[in-house]
Amino acid sequence: MSIEVKRLRKRFGRMEVLRGVDLAFATGRTTAIVGPNAAGKTTLIKAILGLVRPDQGSEVWIDGTRVTGESGYRERIGYMPQAARFPPHLTGREVLSVLCRLRGAKDPNLELVDLLGLEPHLDKRVGALSGGSRQKLNAVVATMFRPAVLVLDEPTAGLDPRASAIFKDHLAKATGAGATVLLTSHIVSELEDLAEDLVFLVEGQVRFHGPVDDLKAQAGEAKLERVLARLLEPSP
Amino acid sequence: MIDLLGTIVVKAGSAVPTLSAALALARPHDTVVVEAGRYAEPPIEVTRPVVILGRGRPVFVGRGDHTVIRVTADSVTIAGIAVERVLPSNVAEPSAIRLDSVAHCRVADVEVRDSFFGIYGSAVESCLIENNRVVGPGRSEQESGNAIHLWSSRDVTVRGNVVERYRDGIYLEFVTGSRLEGNRSRDNRRFGLHFMFSDDCLYQENQFSRNGAGVAVMYSKQVRMVANRFEHNRGQAAYGLLLKDITDSRLEKNVFDANTIALYFEAANRVEAVENHFSSNGWAIRMLANSEANVVTGNAFVGNGFDVSTNSRSNASRFDGNFWDRYRGYDLDRDGFGDAPFRPVRLFSLVVEQNEPSLILLRSAFVDLLDAAERVLPILTPETLVDRRPLLAMPGRSR
Amino acid sequence: MRGATRRIIATHATNVGRSRWLLVYTGLLALAAVLLVWLGGSAARALVSLINVVLLLVPLMAVVFGTLYVYNAREFTELLLTQPVERDAAYFGLVGGLAVPLVVAFLVGVGVPLGFAAFSDLTILPGIVALLGVGTLLVLVFTAFAVALAVRVEDRAWGLGAALLVWLVCTVIYDGLILLLLATVRDRPLEIPVLVMTMLNPIDVARIQLLLTFDIAALLGYTGTVYERVFSGLLGRSLAVVVLLVCAMVPLLVGRFWFRRKDF
Repeated sequence: MSIEVKRLRKRFGRMEVLRGVDLAFATGRTTAIVGPNAAGKTTLIKAILGLVRPDQGSEVWIDGTRVTGESGYRERIGYMPQAARFPPHLTGREVLSVLCRLRGAKDPNLELVDLLGLEPHLDKRVGALSGGSRQKLNAVVATMFRPAVLVLDEPTAGLDPRASAIFKDHLAKATGAGATVLLTSHIVSELEDLAEDLVFLVEGQVRFHGPVDDLKAQAGEAKLERVLARLLEPSP
Repeated sequence: MIDLLGTIVVKAGSAVPTLSAALALARPHDTVVVEAGRYAEPPIEVTRPVVILGRGRPVFVGRGDHTVIRVTADSVTIAGIAVERVLPSNVAEPSAIRLDSVAHCRVADVEVRDSFFGIYGSAVESCLIENNRVVGPGRSEQESGNAIHLWSSRDVTVRGNVVERYRDGIYLEFVTGSRLEGNRSRDNRRFGLHFMFSDDCLYQENQFSRNGAGVAVMYSKQVRMVANRFEHNRGQAAYGLLLKDITDSRLEKNVFDANTIALYFEAANRVEAVENHFSSNGWAIRMLANSEANVVTGNAFVGNGFDVSTNSRSNASRFDGNFWDRYRGYDLDRDGFGDAPFRPVRLFSLVVEQNEPSLILLRSAFVDLLDAAERVLPILTPETLVDRRPLLAMPGRSR
Repeated sequence: MRGATRRIIATHATNVGRSRWLLVYTGLLALAAVLLVWLGGSAARALVSLINVVLLLVPLMAVVFGTLYVYNAREFTELLLTQPVERDAAYFGLVGGLAVPLVVAFLVGVGVPLGFAAFSDLTILPGIVALLGVGTLLVLVFTAFAVALAVRVEDRAWGLGAALLVWLVCTVIYDGLILLLLATVRDRPLEIPVLVMTMLNPIDVARIQLLLTFDIAALLGYTGTVYERVFSGLLGRSLAVVVLLVCAMVPLLVGRFWFRRKDF
């Protein structure tokens, strides 16, 4: 599923967070959105998800159809926020079942539940779960409907290394099956592992968009960390 | 026609077809028995001491413009009959039965229907009016007379009557040393009981309900009112009991329930109100500043809009040892009285006094705050109107 | 109602229903009702004492609990909005999911003890109905206010403050202003303006309905007659219910407008 944003602008009061972003994400590619703090990464993601209403003139296109406020396109999107807080007095199983019913999904993919060892915790109240377990639940929620688009905001930040590895494997499987992935992360190794393409945002504008390899070649550096460090240097 | 015992029987179609005919025949202390039927006669005058008894409740129907039966002899008894149809008049006070300057008469078990005045006594003495049922047609106040009306009389007992839908249910003027007991007076246009210039009377166990202006007691001394019920007297100027120029009287064990103003003192002095029960009234007691030396003690105040209101900061009456449901104090020394005094006059009652529309704010949190502030620091409410020994339990009721 | 809205209501309602605070709240209401019935001597007096619970405490609870819940549920609302769920469904789901348990808590806490009391004294039944009806409508009104404000105001401290201010205005300040008006403008008849003013404040509308149920004699004297004519009787009752429903609808719809345009 392809995603396209055209002239995306968003202003919060006097702060202009996105200043005309034009991007196209190709089907089946994994793109990392990178930039300094307050560059507009989260706003960009939320605009694509419909959580943030872009300003007049902005356009978001999913699979060749323009998104104008209806919710149907989100059928095929999975989202994993940085830290999800589910209703604390529901059990994990109840959360999953509500979401299934809202989607009308008969056959969710609960592979990750087993892989991450979440099963024994599913009947506890979410409020009683550890941060790690909650993040695992979060990962399950994002992937259980086999989405064509996965939007991940700092996905492995709250996961332990083992869960993190399992999740990445799971992700690789999904992209192998043709899923488009957008992710933000501060963990360079994660970007190195996952990202094929990279969007570099600064002050609400796109500084670079293209394959990670191209960027490395342009910069003449083999390591992404170096490249990013250079990009983040204050411009002369 | 007259048997040996002196009994005359009145029966339509017989030799004595009318009461008038029987009375013409009767000797003093004869008995006239009137058989059931309807009797339309000219005005009937009872001028000799006789006993008139109805059998099967005969009905005397007036032409409309006159008193139906007028008694001018002492020791007359009238019982067991019904009287109807006396129309309103502007000049006279035509009634169903009128007693004129007589003594030792008795009117009992008489039913009066659709009559301008019901039972009317003028200058009577030692008479008994009991167990009658006087129900008016419910005309307007101008077109209604009084159900039981006594003027300038003494030593009269009015007992067990039901009086409804007149101007005043029971009206007494210049009546002394009389008793009113167990009467039920309701739905009268003006007062359920109205008496003026009537000293030394006792009112006991009567029930006054739904009267236009309740009960008014005026210009009298030594009145005792015991165990009466005043209820549902509501309206712009409706009082459970209005006391005006009353002195040296006593109210005891009466119940005042759901009246607009339950008990109203205007220039009432040395009245003792003891062990009465005030519940669900708009105002339980309203005492104007011209009332002095009254004593209010041992009463219960429950669920009233305002417990006590007045029109001045000065107060010359004593409130002591009453039960107030608004009282929130404790009794640490366990003597049955609250340790802190209670001020029954709310600031809000003064506000309403000055500004009637503000009544709509009753029970508002803002008003409660105002009242609380005033209670802590009284500035506007009468300083001396305070119950220093508020009861903690409702009198006559164990906790 | 659409299926999604119903499911979201059920989800929030379950979550709220299992919260300890709601349980404590229900218990306190029940305790107050039981104590008042038991200590007050008669159920009729307990009803009168419960007027303040219904007019002050119940709206306060709706306002405080409602605002805080909306802030706490923010991430879950976000998650819902990344699902194929319309904003209206998420919004009405949130309002409904809050209002239902709050109403149930109120009806159980106050209604059950009074229901038992009614067994021994049937005459208090109309009073109970009035108290529960008015209370339920007030829960709806103030829940709607709470949600709307929490949706609009990003900062939770400010949002809670704003909701408390609405409560304070409705319960205390507004009546103070009416009294001030009455005190300053004395030479003109003010019954009608005051009547209209009270119609605009849900707490006043509720209070006057309870007043007419419990203090009718006081109102019937004096000016009360004018108010009595307008507010009592079937017409007055219906008018009050309509006004209270409008008082709930306005914040509900304003809140929906804000929710639709909100950036999460």
